[in-house]
Amino acid sequence: MIEFDHVGHSFGERRVLEDITCTLTESRIGIIGANGSGKSTLARMINGLVHPDEGTVLVDGLDPARQGRQVRQRVSFIFSDPDAQIVMPTVGEDIAFSLRRRSLNAEETRERTNAVLELVGLDGYVDHPAHLLSSGQKQLLALATVLVTEPSILVCDEPTTLLDLRNTREIAELLQALPQQIILVTHDLDLISDYDRVLVIDQGRIVADGAGAESCAFYRDLLGVP
Amino acid sequence: MISVYQPGSSLVHRTPAGLKLLALLGFTTALLIWRSPITVGIGTLVVLIGFAFAGFGIRTLIASVWPLRWIVLVLVPFQWWLGGWRSAVAIVGTLILAVAAAALVSLTTRMTDLLDVLDRVLAPLRFIRVDPERISLLIALSIRVVPVMVDLMHDVRDARRARGTERSLRALATPMVVRTVGYSQRLGDALVARGLDD
Repeated sequence: MIEFDHVGHSFGERRVLEDITCTLTESRIGIIGANGSGKSTLARMINGLVHPDEGTVLVDGLDPARQGRQVRQRVSFIFSDPDAQIVMPTVGEDIAFSLRRRSLNAEETRERTNAVLELVGLDGYVDHPAHLLSSGQKQLLALATVLVTEPSILVCDEPTTLLDLRNTREIAELLQALPQQIILVTHDLDLISDYDRVLVIDQGRIVADGAGAESCAFYRDLLGVP
Repeated sequence: MISVYQPGSSLVHRTPAGLKLLALLGFTTALLIWRSPITVGIGTLVVLIGFAFAGFGIRTLIASVWPLRWIVLVLVPFQWWLGGWRSAVAIVGTLILAVAAAALVSLTTRMTDLLDVLDRVLAPLRFIRVDPERISLLIALSIRVVPVMVDLMHDVRDARRARGTERSLRALATPMVVRTVGYSQRLGDALVARGLDD
């Protein structure tokens, strides 16, 4: 369960979030809003990448600002640019790298790496140089590197922005099939139209909060886009 | 000069990472101590045998030292002029062999295995509050950013060409700095998000 209680935040003079209060319990949650509306900042607060200036954020009762390590063991984060998430030279090594602090032996690490590669459809790529993957495959690798740690919540900040239609579909289907609670920040309304709950953020405030189709319709009206 | 692991089941691949690093240390130290054309000859034989045992051909060996070509082109005449052909062969040969041997280690050893060895070797540093895993992470990142920076440079060069400013150093340096800083910020966020900074 993720709780925002009167959360506010500014970057210098610019106010990006204003009095956000909500409790997120649903399995599939979308966050939409125009560029600069504050949606990414809101998502980043969930695993402590940004700490609120005002109010509190709690993830399963833990404060990401003070208990970051425990929170990040539950909450994983996917970014738009998978290149920034890849650390090791090969696919298998990058996934194994996520498990370095888990005190697993080599066999367990190999098993979990192979299992997650199969899950994301990259089996056969274990020794492939990571930087030579396509953009879609890199995003799948980024997803694999966080799924291997078995988080209970997955926050995805515009994970399909740099992808073509086919890769976008692939990522969307994969996310939909995962058992984790998903918080998806996106501009692609098709991805979240059937989500349990979608928050619409405008100028740092939640201006709509409802089922996917309902919130998407509100957002289209807000932008004046049919 | 940084080679990516190539999977295989050869004896060289199966040799523990620690032993390979120790052998590399011994090999390069021997080249430096007994620096001569004869040592370079023996070293060449050792490297050739090592690559053959690992299942790599001469192309892989040449590719691993190819980035040294400009340094070699400058060093050979300079060393020849300074100390004669023996000195040129010994110094340049030692450099090439050291890089080739290091490439053989990285071609046959997973980075994670190398980092595990490094963690163990640096473990005593914990007593002076240095985290060995942080040093391992630093080394992994240093290797990782090389292809990223190369891609970045290509993008910036293309953009410079598209704007018709091929000769402008500023049109190359400014976006490189801006994009490098941007990349490092995103990388930092990603490391925190992956819990690698905790």
